Amino acid sequence: MNMLVAEQFLNGIQFGISLFLMSAGLTLIFGIMGVINLAHGSLYMIGAYAAALVAAKTGSVLLALIAGLAGAGVAGLLLEVLVINRLYDRDHLDQVLATFALILIINETATILVGRQPLFVAMPPLFSGSVTLLPGLVYPVYRLVVIGVGLVVGAGLYFLINRTRVGMLVRAGATSREMVRALGVDIKALYTLVFGLGAVLAGLAGAMAGPVLSVQVGMGEQILILAFVVVVIGGVGSVRGAFYGALLAGLIDTLARAFLPGLLRHVMNGSNADALGSGLSSMGVYLLMAVVLLVKPRGLFVKS
Amino acid sequence: MKMKTLTMVSALAFALGSASAAYAADPLAIGFITTLSGPAGYLGQDIRDGFNLAVQMEGGKLGGVPVKVVVEDDGLKPGKGREIADKMLKDQHIKLFTGIVFSNVLGATVPDVLDAGAIYVSPNAAPSPFAGKSCNKNYYVVSWQNDSLHESAGVNANSLGYKSAFIMAPNYQAGKDALAGFKRTFKGKIVGEIYTRLDQTDFSAELAQVRAAKPDAFFQFEPGGLGIALLRQYQQAGLGKEVPMVVAAPSLDAVTLKAVGEAAVGVNVSAHWNSDFDNPANKAFMAAWTKAYNRPATYYSSQGYDAALAIAAALKQTGGKVDDTAAFRTAMLKADFHSVRGNFKFGNNQHPVQDWFALKVEKGGDGQLHLVTQKKILSNYGDSFAKDCKL
Repeated sequence: MNMLVAEQFLNGIQFGISLFLMSAGLTLIFGIMGVINLAHGSLYMIGAYAAALVAAKTGSVLLALIAGLAGAGVAGLLLEVLVINRLYDRDHLDQVLATFALILIINETATILVGRQPLFVAMPPLFSGSVTLLPGLVYPVYRLVVIGVGLVVGAGLYFLINRTRVGMLVRAGATSREMVRALGVDIKALYTLVFGLGAVLAGLAGAMAGPVLSVQVGMGEQILILAFVVVVIGGVGSVRGAFYGALLAGLIDTLARAFLPGLLRHVMNGSNADALGSGLSSMGVYLLMAVVLLVKPRGLFVKS
Repeated sequence: MKMKTLTMVSALAFALGSASAAYAADPLAIGFITTLSGPAGYLGQDIRDGFNLAVQMEGGKLGGVPVKVVVEDDGLKPGKGREIADKMLKDQHIKLFTGIVFSNVLGATVPDVLDAGAIYVSPNAAPSPFAGKSCNKNYYVVSWQNDSLHESAGVNANSLGYKSAFIMAPNYQAGKDALAGFKRTFKGKIVGEIYTRLDQTDFSAELAQVRAAKPDAFFQFEPGGLGIALLRQYQQAGLGKEVPMVVAAPSLDAVTLKAVGEAAVGVNVSAHWNSDFDNPANKAFMAAWTKAYNRPATYYSSQGYDAALAIAAALKQTGGKVDDTAAFRTAMLKADFHSVRGNFKFGNNQHPVQDWFALKVEKGGDGQLHLVTQKKILSNYGDSFAKDCKL
């Protein structure tokens, strides 16, 4: 039983890490540029497709990863230059409409180019199979790799934001955009850089999702909503908040899914417990968001 | 003047004559409403291609009667299916329908077809109401009754000697029916039962519970892309070696097999048809299919083909007439054709009474994965709702 709890914790952390890669970009873009970018999920999808197609062609993990990052990064820069950059001074409704249109356009284009059949990425042989972490605790190697990569990226972002000049500007931008501009910083270049970084992170999440999930049109929207929830929980513009918020959301979602029906079965019969349990567990993360909005509306991990 | 009138009259007569001649040679139109677009589009394509294959092999005829198959895509939208049926009934005066893939489209479309006095022959979907209380004289099913798919999986688990099972399906009607069908025939203990979200793509939390419960077998019904993701994650978690998987035909066909790859080796499937069936009708079908389409035949293809053969047998006896539904019914219910499945009869609710087989995914000598037939697990099996049907 204890091993089951440990395994579910690992599952929750792994899910949280994927959410973090998505929400880190989202929170920066929203916090610094004030843009609600619904098309962030599309960048995740583009990263996944680029990696999947290259992996199928070459069979190389490294090339696939590079393709995923580059694909999403280039797509992100194009979006920024062609569309998003015109939206900075518009209100949120315009941004939502424009980026929602981007979702539709990108999804339809992907359908035309690669079709509706989901793509499946072969598991890299190096990471296939599972390892015994503790007696009775067997865990897929690939998911451990995902957790590892996420932690490394988290540490890298921490260093970038807290220890470098660019990071200082990013932090300053998140606090007061006008002041940064007034101090003579080329805010346009900073915006493009941040957007590109967010896109690359989304591409990384997408590329890593390929071997576990199926790569298909619309995959971005599934994770996008949760990523927005994470941004709200963690606090807009805070990468640190996104990290803890994502882990919290991942753990709550997974643990509720895993244990709520079992707990409810002590008080009611099987099928009712399952129905209520799965209903409640899919609400879990949103309930958390509602509580956060009530108690600490600026985010759980933001110093007020 | 006179000359002119004469010319006109003869021209008219000619026009009339040619019109009636055209009428006599007009092929019988068959309304084929099916799902061709979207992720599930390959199901409809295979049913359509199987049906058309039978028509082509007879040179554009079914049972000696020239036919024209009018195909329309419902896009997996019940409302769209109904709209197409109304158009075909009213504008094109079609009397014979087939093709629908999904139960929800069938539920919205078929009542209109039957109310208009037309005939429906199902090559796939067969929800329980139409097999029991709401059965209808003009409604025939050539595939199976939905629940019998999962009942056969339960029987398969019994015959493989499994004493306990963990079962899982998405939280919607077809998922609940699947688990109910499995439980109806499985004699062992159900040690765990999970309903997943229909949009779920990561099953790690559920698979951890399967491992902890240590069941003899794992039964799942996760359709389409969900099932493919689940099979891969099952293998990645190392469960493939620990807990054998038992599924019904829709969870593992030739297309899913290709997408899943190695992760599918060893999965137990129960089905009414497989490409390796050793009977003359199936051999002829497989040869013609491979020649015409050069892609693996799925059980959807075989059902489309069988539906065409069943209709052909009936048309042959009625001389192509479908207006006299009583005569058509008498002819149809004889099921005077050689099904690619071998044994085939209609039960009292006009659903199939047929044999079910255990299949297993094996790696062939060519390095490719194949579904290989193991043994017969059910003989002359109908469905659980026939007793409620009063026809």
